[in-house]
Amino acid sequence: MHKLLASAYKEVLLLTRDLGGIAILFIMPLLLLITITLIQDSSFKTINDTKIPILLVDKDGGSVSESIHEGLMSSNSFEIIMSASEEDAKQKVFSGNYQLAIIIPEDLSKALQKKVNSNVEGILAKFGLEEEETIAKTASETDKKEVRLYFDPATQLAFKSSVKNGIDKMISKIETQSIYKAFQEQLGEEDEVIFETESFIAFREMSQTEGDTIVIPNSTQHNVPAWTLFAIFFIIVPLSINMVKEKTQGTFVRLRTNPVSYTTVLGGKTLVYVAVCLIQFALMLLLGVFLFPLIGLPKLDVSGKLPLLFIIATFAGLAAVGLGLLLGTIAKTQEQSAPFGATLVVILAALGGVWVPVFVMPKFMQLLSNISPMNWGLNGFYDVFLRNGNLTDILPEIALLFMFFIFTSVISIVYNEKKNAV
Amino acid sequence: MIEINQLSKKYKGAEDFSVLDLTLTVNDGEIFGLLGPNGAGKTTLISMLSSLVKPTSGSFTINELNYKENKLELKKLIGIVPQEYALYPSLTAYENLSYFGSMYGLKGATLKKEIKDHLETLGLSKFANKRVETFSGGMKRRVNLIASILHNPKVLFLDEPTVGVDVQSKNVIIDHLKQLNKNGTTMIYTSHHLNEAEDFCTRVAIIDQGSIVVKGKPTDLISQQQDARNLEEVFLAITGKALRDYA
Repeated sequence: MHKLLASAYKEVLLLTRDLGGIAILFIMPLLLLITITLIQDSSFKTINDTKIPILLVDKDGGSVSESIHEGLMSSNSFEIIMSASEEDAKQKVFSGNYQLAIIIPEDLSKALQKKVNSNVEGILAKFGLEEEETIAKTASETDKKEVRLYFDPATQLAFKSSVKNGIDKMISKIETQSIYKAFQEQLGEEDEVIFETESFIAFREMSQTEGDTIVIPNSTQHNVPAWTLFAIFFIIVPLSINMVKEKTQGTFVRLRTNPVSYTTVLGGKTLVYVAVCLIQFALMLLLGVFLFPLIGLPKLDVSGKLPLLFIIATFAGLAAVGLGLLLGTIAKTQEQSAPFGATLVVILAALGGVWVPVFVMPKFMQLLSNISPMNWGLNGFYDVFLRNGNLTDILPEIALLFMFFIFTSVISIVYNEKKNAV
Repeated sequence: MIEINQLSKKYKGAEDFSVLDLTLTVNDGEIFGLLGPNGAGKTTLISMLSSLVKPTSGSFTINELNYKENKLELKKLIGIVPQEYALYPSLTAYENLSYFGSMYGLKGATLKKEIKDHLETLGLSKFANKRVETFSGGMKRRVNLIASILHNPKVLFLDEPTVGVDVQSKNVIIDHLKQLNKNGTTMIYTSHHLNEAEDFCTRVAIIDQGSIVVKGKPTDLISQQQDARNLEEVFLAITGKALRDYA
């Protein structure tokens, strides 16, 4: 025990002697968290502060283009800039000045009206209220119209698909309303409303409740656990560098001649670096609770969850430290350990669902994500933060994290024994 | 007593043995010098004796403890002063010594006293709380030595303990080592400073290409070698004047 504590104390001294390193260790993850949360916050907000400027070329000038314009304005997501020509709009979008240009074709309103009228008349004729010959002729004369969308080639697929869906929905609604209107006109009931044009079927998102309060996840609740885990796992970089330094400084050689086991040496490092992870975690929570509301971000709600959150952070810290110990044991130079460690964390984060949710990943990647300790940690945090989970709910995740720590530590010890066996 | 029996070491991928069938006995209380050109096998031999390198064949015992069966006991018994400064540069001399002393199980007042006494003897008391990275080469060598002897080892392996230090530091180190030897520490020492070895060692062995070429008291070796006036002349007569560069 004395040797373990002495080892831990030495690690504390080594860490505190590198104030720049300490600052990077604690400040950079905080900056990362603030930056990511500020960036991602808009996608969680119902009312968006930032509007994307888009170009609209209205060749129609009718009721349909007016409805599209109004629909886009009321979405609160776009700043509509009218453009005179399709060519000009296309040029501006393809050169990256705008994300999107919407071209409403000439006579779209008239064509739609014509087509709707023709369809309505056709239906009425089936009931013997119109002459079928005239109707068939009119319908075939109506050409199809297309609303053209020009996207900046750098635009992300998710944005494209969301815009396409939005416009598609808008046009469907306009078509439906036109059909109802045409029926009403044909039936000679223009003044009286006989068709309710609003959607009959609505949908509402039902959120979890805590007592009488509805729990709606916000960007902070999503980002703090994800990026905290990312920061916790980054501990493998300084830890592995610390171990490689011991090899290059010769202190590791001295330790090998001392009557102390490698397990004890690793134990000292584990104690200190897990503590560092927990301090990082506490700082990030403090940031979420106290600083975020001051800079316009949603407050992190940790009420009644702190013990569980710290349990998960401890086990996530153990898993990260285990990985760092393994990397530090195997790597011979800092040039090996630092880039490899950093890249590994990024890969584990990607696999773990820190950037892209696991459920949208391809099947194979979803399978792979099951072996990322960051995925286990993230699920644990989400259980507590977003699903109101209790200790039983997080047991599988913390058990996996702990087994990962044991597994990596045992490999480190066995590798060291094999490598340095005498 | 150290008994080495047909000890050999061939590193992975190497063409030749670094140490070949080396048999040697070092008695209690001796200061035994291992002398030889670069690549002769001195450091490999010391590394095997201090549990850093696994022998390819052969065996050895230290105070009748076999290295294979009594690893931990053996480590408590020995101390090694490595060629490189095996210290944490950002820690102070005291912190380094406190840590390495703790690894030998020393603690509390005993540890403090050992550190204080050795720092005083080696003239480092007033630098105890300074970071090692600010020390001169001679000062680092002295801290490097103290870190290996805090636990009063029965056997001390010294791999070029005075390399690259000034004359004053060298004198202090050698005097301290002589005092330790008087107190009962057996020493195996390697060096390229043959005058120092001649004065310091009770017996020496000249090693070349992994084998002992000659061994005995320095005075005996000098008298046995025709026209030799000192150990350096004996050494050159035996190992030749050709350069021994290796990589």
